[in-house]
Amino acid sequence: MMKTRVCACQTKDVYLPERARVVASEPMTATERFLAFELESGRPLGHQPGQFVEVSVPGVGEAPISISSSPTRGAAFEMVVRKVGNVSRAMHELKPGDPVGIRGPFGTSFPVGGAMKGQDVLFVCGGIGLVPVRSAIQYVLDHRKDYGHATILFGTRTPAERLFVAEAAEWARAPRATYMETVDRGDGQWTGSVGVITTLLPKVTIQPAKTVAVICGPPIMYKFVILELRRMGLSDDRMYVSLERHMKCGVGKCGHCQINGLYVCQDGPVFRFADVAQIREAI
Amino acid sequence: MRKKPTRKPTIRKLTDSALRTWVAGLIRRQRVIGVQADGERFAFKPLTRAEDLRLDYDVTKIPPKKLFQPAAEPLLEYDQAANYRSIFETEPFVLFGVHPYDMVAILQMDQVFSEKHCDAHYFARRQNATIVVCDVQKASPNVFAGCMGTATIRKGYDVLMTRVGGHYVVEAGSPKGEALMEGLKNRPEADEASLHRREQVWEDNAKFLVRHTLRMKPAEIPALLQRSEDHPVWEEKAARCFSCGSCNLVCPTCYCFDVRDDVKWDLQGGMRRRYWDGCMLLNFANVAGGHNFRKNRADRYRHRYYRKGLYVPAKLGGEISCVGCGRCITACVSKIANPVEIYNRLLEER
Repeated sequence: MMKTRVCACQTKDVYLPERARVVASEPMTATERFLAFELESGRPLGHQPGQFVEVSVPGVGEAPISISSSPTRGAAFEMVVRKVGNVSRAMHELKPGDPVGIRGPFGTSFPVGGAMKGQDVLFVCGGIGLVPVRSAIQYVLDHRKDYGHATILFGTRTPAERLFVAEAAEWARAPRATYMETVDRGDGQWTGSVGVITTLLPKVTIQPAKTVAVICGPPIMYKFVILELRRMGLSDDRMYVSLERHMKCGVGKCGHCQINGLYVCQDGPVFRFADVAQIREAI
Repeated sequence: MRKKPTRKPTIRKLTDSALRTWVAGLIRRQRVIGVQADGERFAFKPLTRAEDLRLDYDVTKIPPKKLFQPAAEPLLEYDQAANYRSIFETEPFVLFGVHPYDMVAILQMDQVFSEKHCDAHYFARRQNATIVVCDVQKASPNVFAGCMGTATIRKGYDVLMTRVGGHYVVEAGSPKGEALMEGLKNRPEADEASLHRREQVWEDNAKFLVRHTLRMKPAEIPALLQRSEDHPVWEEKAARCFSCGSCNLVCPTCYCFDVRDDVKWDLQGGMRRRYWDGCMLLNFANVAGGHNFRKNRADRYRHRYYRKGLYVPAKLGGEISCVGCGRCITACVSKIANPVEIYNRLLEER
């Protein structure tokens, strides 16, 4: 006889978005826009640094977007969206007060309450890889005594593509924190470092036994950064990567975000590198 | 609480004409989806006349998954103010004539759609269904259910029918099934001889629904795949793959989906629907901005077999997510989609 299933689905539709409103919308670069939202119910989103939500723009569709702010920064939650798809293009048109639908938060988070605690933290971010990692940077800086030295490395293709420029200046001034940035190519006025992100790593001294690295960037970046970190003595179980895939449903069903047997929407987006180092499709 | 006394399931004997009377009665009272001829082949379609029911079919073109996860399925309605409202299918129906291997697939889908996050849309349809399973009477050209342990089934259905000689043995498998068999109250109980012949049918089906012979136990497939990531068979077969996704569409255990918002004509709102998708299609693992995380054809090809034999089984307590219906073998235009051939080939040296 078949068991009668008694389950939560009879009261809850996992695909049903909750209404939220835009509370801030500002251009950040030529292709990136900063957006902040609040749930209409007024309750905090309840996310952890590194998680994502599914954003619905009425009449356009739904897309997975990383949360860029730390839960320590109030009920509003922030995103930075690159204009690349239907939904992100529509999000670039959003004005304060506009309604959207939100599902989530989904996925795993940076181990701010676990492996990172009490350790030196090294953030390695390429381009919009800084966006999800910013939630963890803010969290670490908001709980300064719980962590050792915080090093933030940020690389972009050009100076104009840098994100959170004003905020990064604050990070550089924070106690026991280092902020370094580089660009692949300068623009005439640029006087800072030129070179890919890995050129910043030799400028950093780490204590491998008490350092945890957080890595996020374009697909091509991971293997070079990881190889360099290994050379610096950091073990795979001290590296955390946030991986991008199309997390369409967010609940481990639709199949789009699979990395071999893993679902990025459930098992990720944040993975301990040691856990995915042997997984062919991961990096 | 006192345990209810376990009642023996109702088992009756049904002639063809009694079957027709029963089905005609069901059609008058509720929605019945049954197997019918569809051109040269067969399909699950709404049944309007009892005589159209073809329990002697070999295999349907599309598995019964379409009743629980339709190819285009409304999930939500929305308006421009971002009010989203769930849409659920609420009409009960009888699904008549499901083969055991397809029933096994449905039970697997019950697990994947309830695992961790329960899918209310799937279960709205599923709970509205009363499923009548019918043992296979005619082997399809590519069936290998006998190798997968899915040629027969002993639980999970609401009613099980088996043709023995010139009549059917009909057994209830659930309270829903008992209710459906209320209409058979006046039919005789199945006699010993019929039940004995039914056992024989089960034995025969397990033996003969084998058009392709798997040279291993299904339980050995996960370990075999684990050591076969670099086997040349993936490149060899994928070299002839058109990435058309036919194998995905006809598979009773392929459930990947795409979600799209369809805007209404008045532009004031619309419907969010999910559509069947397929991991063999080129753009399946695309992200916004155009990066394709599974661009290589052989990687997509391997991914599909790994889902069936390794990834999804991890969600199913080890059960292989291929039920041996053989539809993919028939549907594949390049003739490269025979799972038995692939698994057997993996046994060979590279």
